[in-house]
Amino acid sequence: MDLSFGLSYTARNVLIGATLLGALGGLMGSFALLRRQSLLGDALAHAALPGVCLGFLLTGSKAPLPLFAGALVAGLLGALLILTTVRWSRLTEDAAIGIVLSVFFGCGIVLLTHIQKLPGGNQSGLDKYLFGQAATLVVEDLVVMAVLGGIVALAVLAFYKELKLLAFDPGFGASLGLPMKRLEVLLTLLLVVVVVVGLQTVGVVLIVATLITPAAAARQWTDRLGSMVLLAAAIGALAGVAGSLASAVVPRLPTGPVIVLVSSCVLLTSLLFAPRRGLLQAFLRERAVGARIRRENLLKDLYLQGERSGSWTEAISWTHLMGVRGQGSRELDHTARALADEGLVERTDDSLRLTPDGLCAAESMVRKHRLWEVYLTRRLELPSDHVHRDAEAMEHALTDRAVEALDALLDFPATDPHGRAIPRRRAA
Amino acid sequence: MTDPQSVPGAPAIEVHDLTVAYRTQPVLWDVDLQLPEGRLIAIVGPNGAGKSTLLKAMLGLVTPVTGWVQIFGEPYARRRSWVGYVPQRESVDWDFPTSALDVVTMGLYGRIGWLRRPQKHHRETALACLEKVGMADFARRQISQLSGGQQQRVFLARALAQDARLYLMDEPFAGVDATTERAILALLQELRATGRTVVAVHHDLQTVAEYFDHVALLNMRLVAAGPVATTFTAENLQRTYGGRLTVLTQATEALLQKRTAEIPPDLGVKPAGGTPWT
Repeated sequence: MDLSFGLSYTARNVLIGATLLGALGGLMGSFALLRRQSLLGDALAHAALPGVCLGFLLTGSKAPLPLFAGALVAGLLGALLILTTVRWSRLTEDAAIGIVLSVFFGCGIVLLTHIQKLPGGNQSGLDKYLFGQAATLVVEDLVVMAVLGGIVALAVLAFYKELKLLAFDPGFGASLGLPMKRLEVLLTLLLVVVVVVGLQTVGVVLIVATLITPAAAARQWTDRLGSMVLLAAAIGALAGVAGSLASAVVPRLPTGPVIVLVSSCVLLTSLLFAPRRGLLQAFLRERAVGARIRRENLLKDLYLQGERSGSWTEAISWTHLMGVRGQGSRELDHTARALADEGLVERTDDSLRLTPDGLCAAESMVRKHRLWEVYLTRRLELPSDHVHRDAEAMEHALTDRAVEALDALLDFPATDPHGRAIPRRRAA
Repeated sequence: MTDPQSVPGAPAIEVHDLTVAYRTQPVLWDVDLQLPEGRLIAIVGPNGAGKSTLLKAMLGLVTPVTGWVQIFGEPYARRRSWVGYVPQRESVDWDFPTSALDVVTMGLYGRIGWLRRPQKHHRETALACLEKVGMADFARRQISQLSGGQQQRVFLARALAQDARLYLMDEPFAGVDATTERAILALLQELRATGRTVVAVHHDLQTVAEYFDHVALLNMRLVAAGPVATTFTAENLQRTYGGRLTVLTQATEALLQKRTAEIPPDLGVKPAGGTPWT
């Protein structure tokens, strides 16, 4: 089977390694993100560094297995230390994470410096674990990565529903008799494995991004844990592919950081454009509501003017309408055009007039406003000079059904607290 | 309700000499309590009285310093499948990516067993439970898009899915709308009608007499427990919410100053089991 994809040996290894890591990071990162343990992965990565150094010092070899084993042991030790610190001391989790991260990383740097001063230590290449150097991946590394990754994926699949419960409601899980403490240890163990798998490719400093970024991006697009986990894995893998190809094509482009940048771009896009949770959607929604409120207000202003002059068929001048709410002419023009498009007003160069449909819509607004005022004065016994502002907001929120119910509740009042008539729905 | 496994005549819950402490801070002190089967029982007391802790101790979620709890005459670990639990609504993140139906299915996880995924009939059971709390139309809804009352009903449906004999509920009426409050009450009464026991932490003193048969008044120690008619008296409420706590607070202060990690077996102010302080 030809797995070279037309790439060089190195580029192929990088491609496979980065894709694997991206998928695994997305998978485990989803759980870390939902359990609000985003920084745990960061601490575990830093904690693994002294393990890598000790693995090298003890065996004198930079074969992947001893280094992996060292990193695994040190990472687990760090995780254990965080868990016990939180449990037995008064330190909170963020403090424990900060302490373990810096202490272990400090030890790691000391050992690294020591190794580099040893004869031949410069060639050990352990410094690649700091920032990652995907180009140093050999087939042997890939095999270890694939085996460990396979184990992680299988474990998540096997214990999926229990891990979901652990992330959502561990107390309830414990009441069911599920061993939540042991599941938590398992989840942390799997996280450590993924972190260790990624050290050589992305490095201690950036590994947290491969965990959290794809997961955070995936969360934007879905409301199901299953699809979130798969999507995060897919985004991670995609970033891995993109990063490794970019570094293969462009000389001197480091793979790890490019992977992180690619997944960050996906995250940014997701934060902005995701359908329900995206910022753009929120912005557009808010703007639509603002525009609707301005339209409803204009209808009401036209009605009130008609009420004062005794005729709703009269055209009302532009300058008058601008004065009512201190609106600029462009804003008013925009709102009036929208109403004219709906057939609610008729427009001439310098005036507006309600159409029969527009009058109905305007009456409905005034009715909501005045009924709410009656409700506030009667039921909540607020003085009548305090209710206008509140009704100004409520008239845009009340649904037609709520208004009918309110009308019945108040026994169909004829006038508002200021003595003005409450318009009744006209016979169709 | 007879069951070959149940210990004859055993109360639904028996709490004996229970003391629970978080670090050096005692939360529950020498609680002796027997709760009868087939009743709606309220646990009432001020904030920080240890109501939730008592519930968690019954569920084996916190380890007591001394004492034990039995459910229908056996330790909780052996009666787990008889007990349904409704945690406080605020105890979970409602923005979690999951649906109402999915949350209710979690009530069945104990029965589904390891290495198995929920099957179609599990989801049907869950849906039936949502139906019972009037939430079947919201089954596919993401849980953050539910109102507080609806979320509470989802939690109740999850407990119903456990099909238990005894339900432990942490503030099921907290922060819900009037419709939900009526729905929950109807559900509790239905559970009682089928012989189930419900123990609920309750905050609203106004409704205790109307909603519940039995009440346990708690303020770190047990002040009184029994039928609402005889136990839920002004005098007992005064003892629960009144100034009597200061004695215990002083004892705790003295204890902290000694900086002892362990709680002395006797501070000289220990109440005789279940009776008020003298």
